[in-house]
Amino acid sequence: MTPVQALDFIRVLPEIVLASCAILVMVAEPFVSARHTAALAWVSLIGIVAAGAGNAWMRRFSGPAFGGSIAADPFASYFVYLLLLAAALTLLGSVRYLETNQVHHGEFYALLLLGTTGACLMVAATELIMIFIGLEISSISTYILAGFRRADKRSNEACLKYFLLGSFATAFLLYGIAFIYGLTGTTNLVQLSEKLSAPGARPPLLWIALILAFVGLGFKVSTVPFHIWTPDVYQGAPAPVTAFLSVAPKAAAFAVILRVFLGGLASAGALVFWLLWISALLTMCLGNLAALWQTNIKRLLAYSAIAHAGYVLVGMAAAKAAGPEAGEGIASVLFYLAAYALMNVAAFILVAHLAGAGERYQEADDCTGLAYQRPGVAACLTLLLVSLSGFPATAGFFAKFYVFRAAIHAHLIGLTLVAVLNSVVAVYYYLRVVVAMYMREGNPRASASPLPWPLGAALALSLVGIFYLGLFPTPFVRLANLAASPLP
Amino acid sequence: MVILFYIAAIVAILAALGVVLQKTPVYSALLLIVVLCSLAVIYLLLGAEFIAFIQVIVYAGAIMVLFVLVIMLLNARRETPGQGSRMARWLGGPLLVVFLAEIVLAAWRQFPGAASPPPLNAGPAAIGQLLFRSYVLPFEVTSILILVAILGAVVLAKKS
Repeated sequence: MTPVQALDFIRVLPEIVLASCAILVMVAEPFVSARHTAALAWVSLIGIVAAGAGNAWMRRFSGPAFGGSIAADPFASYFVYLLLLAAALTLLGSVRYLETNQVHHGEFYALLLLGTTGACLMVAATELIMIFIGLEISSISTYILAGFRRADKRSNEACLKYFLLGSFATAFLLYGIAFIYGLTGTTNLVQLSEKLSAPGARPPLLWIALILAFVGLGFKVSTVPFHIWTPDVYQGAPAPVTAFLSVAPKAAAFAVILRVFLGGLASAGALVFWLLWISALLTMCLGNLAALWQTNIKRLLAYSAIAHAGYVLVGMAAAKAAGPEAGEGIASVLFYLAAYALMNVAAFILVAHLAGAGERYQEADDCTGLAYQRPGVAACLTLLLVSLSGFPATAGFFAKFYVFRAAIHAHLIGLTLVAVLNSVVAVYYYLRVVVAMYMREGNPRASASPLPWPLGAALALSLVGIFYLGLFPTPFVRLANLAASPLP
Repeated sequence: MVILFYIAAIVAILAALGVVLQKTPVYSALLLIVVLCSLAVIYLLLGAEFIAFIQVIVYAGAIMVLFVLVIMLLNARRETPGQGSRMARWLGGPLLVVFLAEIVLAAWRQFPGAASPPPLNAGPAAIGQLLFRSYVLPFEVTSILILVAILGAVVLAKKS
């Protein structure tokens, strides 16, 4: 094998930029006076934009790097953009939040950037050991971020619960990886796919390895029955952290599932398909039904996030069932995750603002009559919820449309029917919040202060994105198709 | 050789069971040292002397000292046994049996009779080649992981 070359470093440019920026923020923090801590946010934002520029420039140098540990391909590039977008929106949404809740800035931004670095490494990794380390970086950063409001009991609970269950799930993944290595003698996804597709290669314990790895990754994307932590952690974590948590590690774990289960281990066909099919069914139904009973907006959005993971799994099952024509299903998953990232981050950072200092007002009833006091804010939240429920003209509609279409093309009629019924049920709980804001009179307890401008900018950006995807999805679909194509 | 392997393997399994079943945290930690040492013996039998020594020095030496120190610092007493969930008993037990049976059966089918393992090339030079050539990126990126952990310890334990 050849020694490390300059090209290898170019192919991990976004990760290098992000990690360097995080270290810069961390080191600079003690030297920044208390009044100017917001400057650290702008430094971090510049770092994220620079990483995005690096990602764009890197496109000319695509290929595997560091002896096949990592690959710079369109698939990785797509997910890196998505993760950077989620990080940037979270950053904009958290500047004022940190001030009102008196949270330390420097470490928060540094951990946010490092968590994004870990997620970027996960999506680009083509080696199980690299995937594991990326996953650990992104998980440990988010465990800490979840406990950032140390004075708050629920935040402590979220941190501890997420940490304990998360470590347990990671152990499952590691056990699965150990089995895969023991059975095939390799951890590289490319070699793995070659070895397993060779005639007569059917290691006897492969199904255990598959299930163990799926449990570990299923926890990260909160599929039923590994979702139990999700509502408590999403509710207890600081709301901007929840915004990040519900998108970045989840999208990265979905990317890993695509790469591992539809790439490296693709030849273990039927078992993977049924794993995806069953968890899609359970996740959709349970997420949506449980969301019906929630009165707390953060918990409601947590169950809605579980349900959305179910729809993504429908797309994956479709890709698996389609066999050689998996491209359509994978592209629908990529499109869905982009739309989901825009909607969910924006919804959570808006809830962070509405909940006020100390996040006291999280109930749907706290928004009663908000539309009369703050029509702009109420309209924003309404649009986001409407998009999450999948109304036409918004990103949520085409996201669901493409997933369902891929599922029908793969002849998964039953699963598609359940998914459609589920999205009808979902309308009810999203609209309940809207009804509280518009139809009922009263004084909203939720914070009625005007939107701070960074949050406003983040919301404007996501709303533009949501309507762009909802009205002109074709160029973006082409992009998703391009990113989905190199996956075997 | 084979007898030595069986002794080390049985000691490792018994000690590992002890780690889980023991109610006093300090005993669990001490039993974990026994597990790590008997694994080191197995590595030695496989011809991986370097890994065996590292296992003893780093794990049984450095890391377990920290473990025991933290347990004593926290003054952890005997655990009070909890209720135990019913699901763990009725679902976990059978699953465990199925899981173990499958592994044993598969291992039996794949390696009938006593198979001697192929000679390993696991000297310091070979490991160095692996760490700094094939796996250089995971190796270097681990430093970010450690940085995150340090940052977390500072954030969560700092006096406000």
